[in-house]
Amino acid sequence: MNRREFLASAAAVTTATALPLPWSVAFAQSRSETLLFVSENGPNNLDIHGVGTNRPGYEASWNCYDRLMSYGVKTLPDGSLSYDKDTLVPEMATEWTVAADAITFKLRQDAVFHDGTPVTAHDVKWSFDRAVTVGGFPTFQMKAGSLMEPGQFEVVDDFTFKVKILRPDSLLMPDLAVIVPAIFNSKLVKANATEADPWGLEYTKNTPAGSGAFKVEKWTPGTEVVYVRNEDWKCGPLPQLKKVIWRTIPSAGNRRALIERGDVDLSFDLPAKDVLEMAKAGKVKVASTPISNGMWSVELNVTQPPFDNKLVRQAIAYALPYGKIMDAVMYGRAKPLYGAASNVADSMEWPRPTAYTTDVEKAKALLAEAGYADGFETVISFDLGQALISEPTAVLVQESLAAIGIRSTINKVPGANWRGEIAKKTMPFMINFFSGWLDYPEYFFFWCYHGQNAVFNTMSYQNPDLDAIIDAARAAAAAGDTATYETKIKEMITLGYEEVPRIPLFQPSLEVAMQPTIDGYTYWFHRQLDYRGLKKA
Amino acid sequence: MLRHLGQRLLTTIPTLVGVVVVTFLLTRILPGDPAAFFAGPTADPAAVEQIRVTLGLDKSLPEQFVAYVGDLLVGDLGVALSTGQPVVAEIAARLPASAELTLFGLILSVAVAVPLGILAAVRQGSWIDHLCRLLTTAGVSLPVFFTGLLFVYVFYFLLGVAPAPLGRIDLFASPPPHVTGFYLIDSLIAGDLETFRASFAQLILPGITLALFALAPIARMTRASMLSVLSSEFIRTARASGLAPGTVIVRYAFRNAMLPVITTLGMVFSFLLGANVLVEKVFAWPGIGSFAVEALIQSDYAPVQGFVLTMAILYVLLNLLIDLLYGLIDPRMRIEG
Repeated sequence: MNRREFLASAAAVTTATALPLPWSVAFAQSRSETLLFVSENGPNNLDIHGVGTNRPGYEASWNCYDRLMSYGVKTLPDGSLSYDKDTLVPEMATEWTVAADAITFKLRQDAVFHDGTPVTAHDVKWSFDRAVTVGGFPTFQMKAGSLMEPGQFEVVDDFTFKVKILRPDSLLMPDLAVIVPAIFNSKLVKANATEADPWGLEYTKNTPAGSGAFKVEKWTPGTEVVYVRNEDWKCGPLPQLKKVIWRTIPSAGNRRALIERGDVDLSFDLPAKDVLEMAKAGKVKVASTPISNGMWSVELNVTQPPFDNKLVRQAIAYALPYGKIMDAVMYGRAKPLYGAASNVADSMEWPRPTAYTTDVEKAKALLAEAGYADGFETVISFDLGQALISEPTAVLVQESLAAIGIRSTINKVPGANWRGEIAKKTMPFMINFFSGWLDYPEYFFFWCYHGQNAVFNTMSYQNPDLDAIIDAARAAAAAGDTATYETKIKEMITLGYEEVPRIPLFQPSLEVAMQPTIDGYTYWFHRQLDYRGLKKA
Repeated sequence: MLRHLGQRLLTTIPTLVGVVVVTFLLTRILPGDPAAFFAGPTADPAAVEQIRVTLGLDKSLPEQFVAYVGDLLVGDLGVALSTGQPVVAEIAARLPASAELTLFGLILSVAVAVPLGILAAVRQGSWIDHLCRLLTTAGVSLPVFFTGLLFVYVFYFLLGVAPAPLGRIDLFASPPPHVTGFYLIDSLIAGDLETFRASFAQLILPGITLALFALAPIARMTRASMLSVLSSEFIRTARASGLAPGTVIVRYAFRNAMLPVITTLGMVFSFLLGANVLVEKVFAWPGIGSFAVEALIQSDYAPVQGFVLTMAILYVLLNLLIDLLYGLIDPRMRIEG
């Protein structure tokens, strides 16, 4: 090959790649009714009752199944839409009556499953029995609302269903509208169950057996999920989208390129930095909603000296570089949970800021008072699975701890190990995130501070006084005693913030970017996408 | 020949047994706890324990190993928790994707590297020799994820000439009927030129990314091997006898210089399968490498074991193929073999 030939062939290659794209025109029609969106991960199971179903799997379940009730939708002050935790709306149930010992639901009589079988109270009973029996996450989530045993669920007639109340629990009703108590096509699943798998989990893993607004047309694990609209959906207004294509794109850079080039309609769950730059560029719409009942925090294991000393914990709370974390890690796109006038809670706001700020002198003084004027050594641990936020935070924290004489090393825990490591409760100093589906402060405290020492009480914090307040708050909520409830919640937050085993940093946001043609995006407690309300112009 | 083949196949059995044992042990040594990972964000210790039992992870190591080997003998590699599908099905679906990409990259790279290497050897010190040096240096020094992202940025994001990096085929086109699993071949079998073009367009950027990476060793090896052959006495004799330069280079020199190049090709192929992991990530390619890495991150044992086993079998077959090729290219190897 001589130079001329080489150049000629190079030119030929370039022209070949520059040929007009064949799909741009031919598919313009179908594209207007199809939503194409991308995210980092796809589902590993289409049934939330399955063993180890991941978060994207919850999304498939949410859109393919119906529940007795759902949450209403409200408009936030910034004009964006969010679920409304205080309003339960009918889904499969048309009405319900709450008595002291039971709740009775009247079901829709015209609803059918995807295969055409009518939905009856028998299906609801079977589905609820399944949720409280299969074990693992679904059973656990049901228990959060005191839904514990099959005996609680009763078929009154084909379209009347009753849930017996075991103990007063204000979380029972909200818990019936989360993803887990979905209604399954019991005949279909039973027909596909085996002796080893009596609840048909293997079948529903790949084939949703619901009555929901969308059906799964095709699922290629790790690559894509294709949904089509259920034309016979009865539990709400028919969605505008006829088809939804969900592609898994692992590279964050490519997800951004795809949305900015206009090739995809929506990109779900983005890093703060990308969102900031995209919002500035103005080519795409950005929706940013604070994650309800969620916070990033520094957690100090109180079973390990010197963190058993409140003064040391407060010293650290005054040493943390809050502002730097907000700027350099979150690019300002989070709600600061520090710098309030006082730790005494004067409202029901939650998550609320603490009174701590970066004040090195005060931190040093507290440390000296605690007898650690020369500092000490510790290990900062974080979850590599969330490294985008936790890693730079850890580095900033390490730097500012050094300023008050605390020498630290950083321990990066791989995502797969993190849960196991926090369950061991041996790490002294953690940077961690927690959020609860049910948006109630006592729910947060029950998991993260209560002396029952759940996995999320990573600090192993056990304080009988605080436990008494949390229990009183739950009891007051169950009894409907608002005044006592509010007093107890305020006491609870005040005590938790004074003691600071857990030092709140910020409340992150769920960030979504979409084309200007997309409307109706709604934030949900489960932090996944609901396709039903989405509209494409 | 057949006997030789049989003997070679027999020697691979201990290798495979070793691979099975080692991968089993290695995945168990990994510090992660799959039960805790898959129990989900709000599980209590009881829920985690329950999942451990479901996964059979509560049994002793020897018991787990016996169960694993038993399943293996009936062709069951277990279920991948990360995608929820049987590992065999996953590998069967993903291996053609990886193989198509790797082979495409390799062919592209050979098509450029071998002529380049020959020309660089024949015209030592000329501009083409410098070009060869430049390309090979660039090839080794640029990591594939970097070139991949750069290509996407330039050719897709800025210029808009490449299709969206969305995997093997455009979203609104459907894959050709399954015959070989290679979209290029399957679409030709189906006579569907539109699909052929769509999947070819998707292949170009990841293919070039891989090819660039593979260019360096092949071109360097061709050049070095050609140089040593060109300076040998039989070439001098051939030239002195007045044979045309083309005949001397192609028929006499190149054929003799090919053996080390073939060996390098085998090695490069294995490199490429490794490098694939990153390219697959960048281009959302539904291949076997990204699947294995994802599984590894989640301490998902079954796919990792299946992946290593598949790769081991592939290498064994590849080495066998190269040995056989040696015999075809150089009769001396046949006699010794």
